[in-house]
Amino acid sequence: MAEQVLTELRTTHAEATGLRSIATDFSSDRQAFRNVSWGKAMMWIFLLSDTFVFSCFLISYMTARMSTTVPWPNPSEVFALTIAGRSLPLILIAIMTFVLISSSGTMAMAVNFGYRRDRKKTAALMLVTALLGATFVGMQAFEWTKLIHEGVRPWGNPWGAAQFGSSFFMITGFHGTHVSIGVLFLLVIARKVWRGDYDHERRGFFTSRKGRYESVEIMGLYWHFVDLVWVFIFAFFYLW
Amino acid sequence: MVDMPLGPAGVGVPADVEDVELYHPHSWVTKYVFSQDAKVIAIQYSFVALSVGLIALVLSWLMRLQLGFPGVFSFIDANAYYQFITMHGMMMVVYVLTALFLGGFGNYLIPLMVGARDMVFPYVNMLSFWVYLLAVLVLVGSFFAPGGPTGAGWTLYPPQAILSGTPGGQEWGIIMMLVSLMIFIIGFTMGGLNYVVTVLQARARGMTLMRMPLTVWGIFTASFMALLAFPALFVGAVMMLFDRIFGTSFFMPAIVEMGQPLERNGGSPLLFQHLFWFFGHPEVYIVALPAFGIVSDLISTHARRNIFGYRMMVWALLAIGALSFVVWAHHMYVSGMNPYFGFFFATTTLIIAVPTAIKVYNWILTLWRGNIHLTVPMLFALAFIVTFVNGGLTGLFLGNVVVDVPLSDTMFVVAHFHMVMGVAPILVIFGAIYHWYPKVTGRMLDDTLGKIHFWVTFLGAYAIFFPMHYLGLMGIPRRYYELGEMAFVPPSAHTLNAFITIVALIVGATQLVFVFNLFWSLRHGRPSGGNPWRATTLEWQTPETPPPHGNWGKDLPVVYRWAYDYSVPGADQDFLPQNQPGITRAAPGSLHG
Repeated sequence: MAEQVLTELRTTHAEATGLRSIATDFSSDRQAFRNVSWGKAMMWIFLLSDTFVFSCFLISYMTARMSTTVPWPNPSEVFALTIAGRSLPLILIAIMTFVLISSSGTMAMAVNFGYRRDRKKTAALMLVTALLGATFVGMQAFEWTKLIHEGVRPWGNPWGAAQFGSSFFMITGFHGTHVSIGVLFLLVIARKVWRGDYDHERRGFFTSRKGRYESVEIMGLYWHFVDLVWVFIFAFFYLW
Repeated sequence: MVDMPLGPAGVGVPADVEDVELYHPHSWVTKYVFSQDAKVIAIQYSFVALSVGLIALVLSWLMRLQLGFPGVFSFIDANAYYQFITMHGMMMVVYVLTALFLGGFGNYLIPLMVGARDMVFPYVNMLSFWVYLLAVLVLVGSFFAPGGPTGAGWTLYPPQAILSGTPGGQEWGIIMMLVSLMIFIIGFTMGGLNYVVTVLQARARGMTLMRMPLTVWGIFTASFMALLAFPALFVGAVMMLFDRIFGTSFFMPAIVEMGQPLERNGGSPLLFQHLFWFFGHPEVYIVALPAFGIVSDLISTHARRNIFGYRMMVWALLAIGALSFVVWAHHMYVSGMNPYFGFFFATTTLIIAVPTAIKVYNWILTLWRGNIHLTVPMLFALAFIVTFVNGGLTGLFLGNVVVDVPLSDTMFVVAHFHMVMGVAPILVIFGAIYHWYPKVTGRMLDDTLGKIHFWVTFLGAYAIFFPMHYLGLMGIPRRYYELGEMAFVPPSAHTLNAFITIVALIVGATQLVFVFNLFWSLRHGRPSGGNPWRATTLEWQTPETPPPHGNWGKDLPVVYRWAYDYSVPGADQDFLPQNQPGITRAAPGSLHG
């Protein structure tokens, strides 16, 4: 009789489709999200939490921008570069954005080759992703240096509301930290893939647990998220 | 693993659930200090949290001494008083209640109650505790920093929190407080991800979401809320650190300090209040929801009766969790925000009373005609219901804008939130410790000492906080170092304050009975056996007590029923453990309403 109950629990699964399958997944035992591994579930929920962090940053910045008593500096002028005698608005940011979005592309390819257990290509593509990420951070450092030379500080700037500098350094700094951490982990995981740790079930240095190729995909989730966040920062900070 | 029968033609193949890879400790240090076992981590969390609780208790004594006998104790000057208030509040809310319910009870109960061997990421779980400990050390360290801890009040409102008139404002206090909070949030995120993913993805066979004990539901919902609410506090803390260290003006309007205009302008103090309370209000329920869950299990077990309206209880938990994210500005009625906001937030606040009332009714209906055993855990659970209703009723007063305006910043508010999120959850914590101590140690806590502890704490809490409502209605302000000679303060208010202080000293001292009981029973308590309360949930069905590393021995448990099969007609004992096959309710989930 008890076995019957357990059987009933499961028989519905194969037949359900659409919304109904969501309901059966949630009413099933063991897992609320069928065949989603623990690592992936954790990364998704972490990203949800991190979304709240970035949302709070961006909403706070918008509040500050709307409530300041002094005019906000014009981003098109502040973030312009003079190249060959011509002032190009937002040119550096455009290149940075292009680089970061390209890195999402190489990351997606790395995940694909990871599924095929293609050790070398996966590692190489992850390295390219890390390089692009590092380039992004490097250009950000260049942008910071330029602005600091022009007199922008967290507590003030020559053109208007002091909150411009505070928000700029805080938000791009926080995002840059995310990218830098991502680059570090990309390198660590690329090394593991290259060395074949996931093929030989070699145990990790800290956790002494076996890793899996899935780490590449989980890393990818994080990387795409950081990329997506940049799109919002780009839209709300530079284009507004 | 027990073989699971499959349906016709092999449909319903069990999901490919990974087995947690247990770390097998080789030395005393990896077994008891840097342990990756959720149960050891739970005990570490609880021990640290209870220790912080004792510090916070002493701070409350010092505050009460000043309020009850102003001017008698020369070492409590105005600065020290505000520092005590601030540290007491922040410690209790974040470092005691949140850490104890989620880090302590969450770690111990979630894997055992859902039938898992451990949390899904034991290593990250271990880090979570050590990061929490670091946060506590930074916080406690601020007592020894130049200028002492911050005295900004636990809400840390700018601009005063970072100005020189406030203790610690221009010294180390506020910086250490904010840094400690950020460390705490990082540590909690590590733990919280574990709790949520373990509940979602690592349950035992047959353990559907709607068969989980309400304790797990409460802790799960609270952990999820905390993952979404703490980011706002994190961002607020980062911005205030910028304001304090780099001289930015996120929260600083144009301001004159000691006759000198500061080089700040254009910031919005209201922005901080919004960020703070977007965290702060869900935080109330982060503390309350685990208490709700635990109390449901306590009364069901000790009244030998299935919980009334299980499904409604689950949905009410989720509804409270969701609603608590849209009520935050009811803490800000007098802050000067747009009055239309007040209308909106008063409405949502009152709507929360609906799911909360459902829970209270269901608890009472569970008790109705139950076989109530007045054990110590049950006494605490009953006391919780009464106290929570009391605190909730004054919440209805304060949720309405027009009633809140005259009452805000009076002792009425202090009485309200101490009843509803101070005393009530702490009663549950005590009840839960008396309930689960036998599982943790294999021995019962002493009953007589427990009853002394209960009656003094329960009656004492009322003697402390009931008069505060009255003081508040008279208009006695909160957070005042001394009342001075004000015409509207009658001499009886001073007498009452002295009375409250004396009771607070007695109740605080009685907690030593509890601490003594905890240590004494470790060796001398009555051996409890595996299931002293004859409870149904999985943690009482472990092959060994206390459960060893890995919890279940060779085979994981298989769940055949919901968590509340008490006094089932036709069963040969008055409870059916969740992992016992046999007499069943017709279809899973159909009769649980």
